[in-house]
Amino acid sequence: MKRIVASLRWLLPVALVAGLATSGVAVAGASAPAQGGSATLNGSGSTFQQPYNEQVIGAFKQKSPSVTINYSGGGSGKGRQDFADQVVDFAGTDAPYSASDAAGVKGGTYYYFPTVAGPITVSYNVNGVKKLQLSPQTLAKIFQGDIKTWNDPAIAADNKGVKLPSTPITVVHRSDSSGTTQNFTTFLNTAAPGVWTLGAGSTVTWPSDQQSGQGNPGVGQTIKSTDGAVGYVDFSDAKALKLKFASVKNQAGKFVAPTLKGTTAAIDKAQVNQDLTYNPLNAAGASAYPIASPTWILAYQNYSDSAKTSAIKNFLNYIYGNGQKLANSVDYAPLPKDLLDKAKAQVKQIGGSSGSTSSTTPSS
Amino acid sequence: MVTEAPALPSGLTKGKRPPGLIADRGFRVLALLAGLTVLVILALIAIYTTREAWPWFRTEGLGIFSDNWDPAHHQFGAGGLIYGTLVVAGIAVVLSLPISVGIALFVTDVAPERIRRPIVYTVDLLAAIPSVVYGLWALFVLAEPLANLFQSLSDATASIPVLKTLFANPSASGKSFMTAGIIVAIMITPIITSITREVFATVPSSQKEAALALGATRWEMIRGAVFPHSRSGMVAGTMIGLGRAMGETIAIALVIGASPRITANILGPGDTLASIIANQFGEASGTHRAALIGCGVVLFAITIVISMAARAVVSRADRRTAGTA
Repeated sequence: MKRIVASLRWLLPVALVAGLATSGVAVAGASAPAQGGSATLNGSGSTFQQPYNEQVIGAFKQKSPSVTINYSGGGSGKGRQDFADQVVDFAGTDAPYSASDAAGVKGGTYYYFPTVAGPITVSYNVNGVKKLQLSPQTLAKIFQGDIKTWNDPAIAADNKGVKLPSTPITVVHRSDSSGTTQNFTTFLNTAAPGVWTLGAGSTVTWPSDQQSGQGNPGVGQTIKSTDGAVGYVDFSDAKALKLKFASVKNQAGKFVAPTLKGTTAAIDKAQVNQDLTYNPLNAAGASAYPIASPTWILAYQNYSDSAKTSAIKNFLNYIYGNGQKLANSVDYAPLPKDLLDKAKAQVKQIGGSSGSTSSTTPSS
Repeated sequence: MVTEAPALPSGLTKGKRPPGLIADRGFRVLALLAGLTVLVILALIAIYTTREAWPWFRTEGLGIFSDNWDPAHHQFGAGGLIYGTLVVAGIAVVLSLPISVGIALFVTDVAPERIRRPIVYTVDLLAAIPSVVYGLWALFVLAEPLANLFQSLSDATASIPVLKTLFANPSASGKSFMTAGIIVAIMITPIITSITREVFATVPSSQKEAALALGATRWEMIRGAVFPHSRSGMVAGTMIGLGRAMGETIAIALVIGASPRITANILGPGDTLASIIANQFGEASGTHRAALIGCGVVLFAITIVISMAARAVVSRADRRTAGTA
């Protein structure tokens, strides 16, 4: 008998804790709708938009303390997979679903919400060269290893009057797969067709004599410490490392330096699809910087409880309101007015009755 | 079952049941369940990963072993990755084994009693360092001097037939098969050392003393008495080290250069199964994702084959020594 009591005594705290935990959950769950908006939203995905998301989630939290938003990063691919499996409430992605993957998304109709964008710099470190201009064709030849030295005639042709050294070129690319690689290679693929042969994707097979770095900071560090190095680095990391940026020739034939304004200008000229996906790469317009990462938040049309529905709507509305003003402070380009209006209109669709059958063209 | 236990003393007085029979049975069931858990978890992992990787196996077929990993062109041949995994693990074991056996011999047979413990502790401490720390150390401290060393090694051997190809095209950043192999060698040294040390310690001192009494030098004693007795243990230790080397991920991902290919140039960049998963999984989708999970399945299969081969070697060596003893 004593032993039974002993084992019960051991069990009691466990049972108590378990009981409290479940009742606590029950209480929280029951009271959530009554409080009008107490909800938790979990998201994962793009690491490119993560610094912006952290900023905007922090600011939103002060405005609506009852809503908790967690964004765990992990990469766009992970975000799209988690969203398709309904593991998360929203996801961040730098690229839309492919047609075959889109068919596997559970959870009904969903929307793409463009949030911000960021220029991708061509950063370089060449002793004695303060200003560098590169056309897409020259960029393609440099990055696939056709051009080996900085005084190559092709580079000289883009930089009339600049004295270029004979330093060998060291190309630095990402060792991990990345949306930055995807957008940079897609730019070369569209702007230098016939020249660029490595294809476009989050990972491409670079020549094996090139250097690689982990993440944007890894690439940036390698460029900074190597004379003759050139690589693609996202704007905020390149700025933080005080790297020099090359100006890239845009579709209008102008050499444009990477700036947030130039990126917003590029999005403004980009053709926006009905589902609000768009491609800012190699955009028209004299002031458009041609290489930029777009990024979206994926959200479902319908959520299981109304608290979540209003929380996601409030969050997205915040991004399109004050959130856009936060973009500059963390080196992201805000959306142009036209796209902003379309996005705001799309937020209204969330929680509405599911009228559309096709998830990829929800606004029709 | 626990509640039955207090009733047993009365059973004992009747003298019919041996005491603790039910508790014994209960324990057996519990132990069996614990044992089965491992198998169930292993089976679940194998089933899930194979299912997720199925699109890759289906579309590529035997192409999974070809050397063309190029996600941008939808090519997912893991040949270069399998090759890289084996090369890095091979380099690691070749570098680590003599050092580990040397440390183990020093500790068991050569070093004075006083300094044995400190050495054992220090070597075991190596095993406690997280692998990402090894990787970062290799990246920021080791890579640059190694790059210079590789360059001079390559220049020096430029006219020697086999070494010429082996050491050709050294990586300028120091990221290479060799760098990864060196860092993994350091990581598996404590494992191989501690296992071989345990095995050397089981050699009967009577045998060692007999060898010395016959006039053997210390080295002859080690070769004649210690090694034959410990052969299977040394093989087992090496195989465990090899398994660890093949599964090592993040340290390799940082220093191998992310360039999947089959090449004899071991001073150039490459890639391994585990490190490509770490590098590419975050942004992968569709067949690319399936292929990366498939890399995990392939690694799993290779590890099983190697550990089964190790078992076979060990049991054969055991039988042989058992016959002579």
